[in-house]
Amino acid sequence: MAFDVEIPVLTTTVEKMVNWARMSSIWPVTFGLACCAIEMMSMSSSRYDIARFGAEVFRGSPRQSDLMIVAGRLSRKMAPALRRIYDQMPEPKWVISMGACASAGGVFDNYAIVQGVDQIVPVDVFVPGCPPRPESLIYGIIQLQKKIGASKLVVKAG
Amino acid sequence: MDIATIITAINAAVPGADIQPGTAADRPTAVVPREYLLDTARVLRDDPSLRFDVLTEVTAVDWWPTEPRFEVVYHLVATSVPATLRLKVSLPRDDARVASLHTIWPSADWLEREVWDLFGIVFEQHGDLRRLLMPEDWEGHPLRKDYPVQIAMKPKVYEPLQLTEQEFRANIVADRDVRGGPHLPGR
Repeated sequence: MAFDVEIPVLTTTVEKMVNWARMSSIWPVTFGLACCAIEMMSMSSSRYDIARFGAEVFRGSPRQSDLMIVAGRLSRKMAPALRRIYDQMPEPKWVISMGACASAGGVFDNYAIVQGVDQIVPVDVFVPGCPPRPESLIYGIIQLQKKIGASKLVVKAG
Repeated sequence: MDIATIITAINAAVPGADIQPGTAADRPTAVVPREYLLDTARVLRDDPSLRFDVLTEVTAVDWWPTEPRFEVVYHLVATSVPATLRLKVSLPRDDARVASLHTIWPSADWLEREVWDLFGIVFEQHGDLRRLLMPEDWEGHPLRKDYPVQIAMKPKVYEPLQLTEQEFRANIVADRDVRGGPHLPGR
């Protein structure tokens, strides 16, 4: 039996294919805490259009998300809620700490604000700025995509 | 309605109150001794020439380290006149207590909770002084001038997902005992 149409075939590894799928459709959970959230919304809207990088589907449920962008200062009262939402996200999941306040407390060096969300959840990418411009956050997402693309599916023992 | 008229009316209705005008550029201000606050508030609400029917704000000032340390500030509005009024009550450092006004203006309920939460001023007969802004297990009152603002401590990460049924029922019973049923102050 002969085919007269040539079927194009690409060969790759499972790891590369899975990583390509994961990095190309990041679904962030909606987690705006302060003014950084305005820049995050701007990033996802028409002017900056994060859809060009495949991460535009903001979800209202942590169950459907794989990226948490902590956009703004995190109060101590909010910290258990942030951790609970992170715990509800299915694996694999990543965290971007957006702006000076989320990363290190920013100007709020006081009793009410957590001095860096890495005390609450593991952070993959820190985006500096007060607030970061949408381009900065897009750059942060691209850095995260590079990290996802380089991740290993199987870790060899030893 | 100017401040002299208001103060004359209160001093006539509350014997011995000796209410003085305060200095403020924006609105009429009266300084009230704390023993007469409740009676003064009742007159301000019920007197047909005054009719201050809305309490819009309760806040406080911490004058630490001078004495008297605290000053509780009430903002009143008479919607039908119309007029505004500010009341100030000074409290000593060791006995920061004042009568609650929630039986006269229901809006005082949460406003007084907030002042207690942040300044530690006790509102007597309030009956429900729980934390409003700070976490429920917080220690201290952060807006006091001697509070360590740049405090270094680990943030709390975990809190229980749900109350047990026993805890839920105990809360209902405790609430009913404290407040005497649904909180509806009569006018």
